[in-house]
Amino acid sequence: MSVRSTIILQVEQVAKEQNNKLAPLTDETPLLESGLDSLAIAILVARLEEALGFDPFSLSDDIYYPVTLGDFIRFYEDAAKSREVAS
Amino acid sequence: MPPSRVKSLRDRLGNSSSCLKRYLWSSDASVSLADVVAGTSLGGHLSALSDRSVLIATRDQLAAALALIELDGVARRLIICPSDLPLEHFPSVIASAEVDAIVSDHDELKYPGIEVDLQVRASVALEPAEPVHSSGRATEWVLLTSGTTGAPKLLVHSLSGLTAAISDENKRGGDVHPVWGTFYDIRRYGGLQIFLRAMLGTGSLVLSSADEPLADFLIRLGARAVTHLTGTPSHWRRALMSPLAHQISPRYVRLSGEIADQAILDNLRKFYPQAKIGHAYASTEAGVAFEVPDGLEGFPADMIGVRGSVEMKVEDGSLRVRSAGLAERYLGRQNSGVADVDGFVDTGDVVELRGGRYHFLGRRNGVINVGGLKVHPEEVEAAINRHPKVRISLVRARKNPITGSVVVADVVLNGEPGATDATEQNAALKREIIQICQETLAKHKVPATVHFVPNLDVSANGKLTRQNA
Repeated sequence: MSVRSTIILQVEQVAKEQNNKLAPLTDETPLLESGLDSLAIAILVARLEEALGFDPFSLSDDIYYPVTLGDFIRFYEDAAKSREVAS
Repeated sequence: MPPSRVKSLRDRLGNSSSCLKRYLWSSDASVSLADVVAGTSLGGHLSALSDRSVLIATRDQLAAALALIELDGVARRLIICPSDLPLEHFPSVIASAEVDAIVSDHDELKYPGIEVDLQVRASVALEPAEPVHSSGRATEWVLLTSGTTGAPKLLVHSLSGLTAAISDENKRGGDVHPVWGTFYDIRRYGGLQIFLRAMLGTGSLVLSSADEPLADFLIRLGARAVTHLTGTPSHWRRALMSPLAHQISPRYVRLSGEIADQAILDNLRKFYPQAKIGHAYASTEAGVAFEVPDGLEGFPADMIGVRGSVEMKVEDGSLRVRSAGLAERYLGRQNSGVADVDGFVDTGDVVELRGGRYHFLGRRNGVINVGGLKVHPEEVEAAINRHPKVRISLVRARKNPITGSVVVADVVLNGEPGATDATEQNAALKREIIQICQETLAKHKVPATVHFVPNLDVSANGKLTRQNA
């Protein structure tokens, strides 16, 4: 499964568990307006580390805080690419 | 102890002319401090509340703020109740603090099974009133903090202790009319500090509301031209993830209540280049210990020792604080002192010296800080262990870029685990365990992830081995 589809799947699962109602998701949707609150986003990052095997926030020295869902997905995709290059 | 005359919070606000151009703003009201000192929010019941032990249990932070200003120096004791305190804890709080009056803004003043003589309705619509001069008594300020079993612990402070760290800072500030804002609730220690800074200085304060979307709060902060803004690192991470983070341009950014890591400090520096950025260490027990202004995580080793009115030391790996800002004692069953015989409070925060700075590693007792909210692992383990297939569990912190930490659980199952984490059966079991936790625990206490492990380390005295985060 691609990084993008893993992320979307986990977003939907976490939202369901947290009883958060998701907005229609596009790359431009601000994460905090997706329906996930910050605790849900924290859980999402922990679950993605399990599912993908890495946490880009702890890999990078230069963390930034993604604003939109598109930023968030790109952050993971870029980290996945640099892991491939490194291995 | 001989009675000594103490200036109340209202006395210290001064008269209405010195309060001109100063305000308290909530999401739906704006109150001038000039009206506060010339009015009442308690509908003529102020004198009836004199000498009582008053529980302030309002939904609205502004209503609580107004009641605190009026009742300091009048009531014997003020118990400051956060709006999210579960109803089941009210009886023990009321008994421990000998509450004999409640101030509330609820339409129906109902606390099932609780009999309290006097219930007063608080309103943010002030009525004019003759100025009431305080009796000069030192009202006890009681703050709630979470305990191991989920029931709150009650900590007694005095106004002079709560404000011990403030006077120097306000002198240094130099702003004529700073506009303070805080992501905290002012009924918790961190938020109360900001409320008192705003009231004892010459500033105004923008209050948050529990149900207000972050975007709306940022717009309000921007509209009031906030100059001094404070919150936990998690509050700030959330703010920087908002498309509206550019609505504000504070001159002073402060973080406390959680470990501030280098990533959030660097991001704030980039985002608000004009701002002074400091992270502070404070707790309900230990008061305000220090503020680090150099933009780096941890704190310089030379802060250990005596600095002004605060003395710090590191003993057995944890930070200890002695100052005028300590809580005086616990109320109720834990009716005991907070400090040791030498007057130091053991913060329980484990620190490590690296390269001339102390860095925070986590809590000695395993307490997990999720976005500024405490989680006692024992409470979560008890919930997990209710599942019939669970033999034993260990709950610990996992570092998280959004909330600082999240709760994760290592679980040993009854019988042979047999299968690995990946099987469908185990995935279903994980969901069941998480569901059991969701039924009984607050959201931030529910494990983000569950791992099945073959065994857990148990120490010689039969206790689970907990490691610092």
